[in-house]
Amino acid sequence: MSMNSQPDQPLDHYRRGFLKKLGLVGGAAAATTLPAVGKPAWGGSTLGDAVGDFFQSHYNRMDPEEIEAALGRIQRRAKERQGVEIEVANTAPIPGVVFGYAINISKCKGYRRCVTACVEENNQGRDSQVQYIRVLQMDKGGMDLETSEHYYDPETVPVDGKFYLPVQCQQCDDPPCVKACPVEATWMEPDGIVVIDYNWCIGCRYCMAACPYWARHFNWSEPQIPAEELNPVTHYLGNRPRPRGVVEKCTFCIQRTRLGRQPACQEACPTGARVFGNLLDPDSEIRYVLENKTVFRLKEDLGTEPKFWYYTDV
Amino acid sequence: MFKRMLERKPGGVVDFVLSAVGRLLHGRWFYWLWLALLLGVIGNGGFHYIGQLRYGLMITGLSDQISWGFYIANFAFLVGIATSAVLLVIPAYIFHRQEMKDVVLLGEAVAVAAVITAMTFVMVDLGRPERFWHMIPGIGEFNFPVSLLSWDVLVLSGYLLLNLLIPFYILYCHFQGREPSFRAYFPWVLLAMFWAISIHTVTAFLFSANPARPFWHTALLGPRFIASAFVSGPALMIVALQIIRAVTRYPVSQKVVRMLALIMTVALQISLFFVIAELFTDFYNEGSHSASSRYLFFGLDGHAALRPWVWSALGLNLFAVLILMINPLRENMFFLNLACLLAFTGIWIEKGMALVVPGFIPTPLGEVADYAPTSAELMISGGIWAMGLLVFTLLAKMAIPIELAQRDRHAKPIAGAAATI
Repeated sequence: MSMNSQPDQPLDHYRRGFLKKLGLVGGAAAATTLPAVGKPAWGGSTLGDAVGDFFQSHYNRMDPEEIEAALGRIQRRAKERQGVEIEVANTAPIPGVVFGYAINISKCKGYRRCVTACVEENNQGRDSQVQYIRVLQMDKGGMDLETSEHYYDPETVPVDGKFYLPVQCQQCDDPPCVKACPVEATWMEPDGIVVIDYNWCIGCRYCMAACPYWARHFNWSEPQIPAEELNPVTHYLGNRPRPRGVVEKCTFCIQRTRLGRQPACQEACPTGARVFGNLLDPDSEIRYVLENKTVFRLKEDLGTEPKFWYYTDV
Repeated sequence: MFKRMLERKPGGVVDFVLSAVGRLLHGRWFYWLWLALLLGVIGNGGFHYIGQLRYGLMITGLSDQISWGFYIANFAFLVGIATSAVLLVIPAYIFHRQEMKDVVLLGEAVAVAAVITAMTFVMVDLGRPERFWHMIPGIGEFNFPVSLLSWDVLVLSGYLLLNLLIPFYILYCHFQGREPSFRAYFPWVLLAMFWAISIHTVTAFLFSANPARPFWHTALLGPRFIASAFVSGPALMIVALQIIRAVTRYPVSQKVVRMLALIMTVALQISLFFVIAELFTDFYNEGSHSASSRYLFFGLDGHAALRPWVWSALGLNLFAVLILMINPLRENMFFLNLACLLAFTGIWIEKGMALVVPGFIPTPLGEVADYAPTSAELMISGGIWAMGLLVFTLLAKMAIPIELAQRDRHAKPIAGAAATI
């Protein structure tokens, strides 16, 4: 099976294009010739929406009316900027549900289907190439992350002598990123998902420094997504279009899983390596894995209590 | 009642503020040239910052891999400069040494300028600076006491207030020609002393709080920060005091310079000892905790962007400590100034780029990448430094004539001493 090819240095790739554009910012004389980014004036919103965005309160402090107004602004903005009708839900957590994930690394062959499915589902910027999942190509015989290959690009996978370790947000039960945030813009929901209010994040990136799993990504520029690729089914705390200058991360596909569906990465996996479900349901598959397989967690010694496990068939 | 407060009575608060601000409008040609120069650099930085607001932090060399860089490096360093004002405060207010009292207000002006500069560096590092109000308790959500960043905001704001209010009170009293009441200001001075240590400790804890980053996650970081602050602060103040001595008739005793030089010598020795302790722990048994140090000092997987920086820092600091440890050289102003320049630069690298950046390399998933500031980042940073110098210049310009007038009242008037600076 062929893999999804990735450039060797995705960062270099997008920075180069950008710097070319920025070459204009050389001196004062060039100021008037700067190209406009996105739609002009208020970033594609009406003045009223821009003011509403500015004064928008913290997610957990808004009453239902204010939430409705906030969702409306996001929908109008997508319409204004890209002409796409999107639906922004605010589905509440399901009582009695705490989500957990397990990956069978014997089955993972490194196809990275999960990575692309995630990008398509979660509306990450296509130019910035933000990916919530990183599949590490590891040397058999060890678990040393430092010798792992992040940008592996052979003709076919799996490569002899290698195994594959997909890493994404581990949805820690004691998340260091949540402690780090100075404005409580990120927190753990009752269903165990660590979420971000993209309208409250100030972009200090302290959470990125605190995360031991490199799960958090920053919008260094306005995320660009072609209108036809925009996933219109979104959630306020999940895959709705993000503004520039804020941090984002995997939310276990909150827009799907709170409706009882599986995350996009789980559905996309061609080998069935991924098991996702309710940790509080004794009959769930995830509980079966935890009770019957020898599982381990990444960097367990840091005490972050990930709700993300790995196991093997043998 | 409010109207009466704002009336301009001779010796009143309004009169005090107006006359202090009025001093800013009088100066010789080099004062205006200096201001013009600073404003030019600030303007240039501002222009590039507009570019950053327009395009996002994309214009920096930062990435998801190395998400803090030059801005935060300067921030960490400048908090150290602010802390070291305490070195003048303790001898002046606690031991009542007159020559220290003469310059303590200048030390506090350095602290004010350094805190404002440090905070500005954090502001320009924010992805959404217009959401700054989210951090204000009451209208925002201030994650105190859990987030170390909220601690940092709190201690820096408090320190800024203390270092504005204490000098304001003392200068106001001197303006009125009376001695400040010891009982009125001493408790605040005492608080400011402990507060000074706290700002740099909290800044160190901001980094060392992260087990995700083994390079920062060491108990030695706090002590290292304080020790190196007591190198860079005195180095800056020794040079600043000499400049003030040259361009004004403000009394700067050589005793002050000597004391600062001595503190700097000891602090630099301790600071270098800490570096050795870190190097030993990292490299005697090299494990994954040493990967960042290996990257920093020797390079990792073909990446070694910081290697020239850190070896320069080490070389500069070693050269400086050699000069400082030889008494005749330390007493010689040329060599002392040279040592100040070397150590200031050395610590700026050590506690800046060589501390912040390697914490991110390799990433927690083992990826190795390099970071270098872009020219826009350097221009914006230059503008912020110039703003700090401007703040200090203006504060000193306001304070010095008041202090000189107070001295003249106590001493015999010096013939032809017009308070022109």
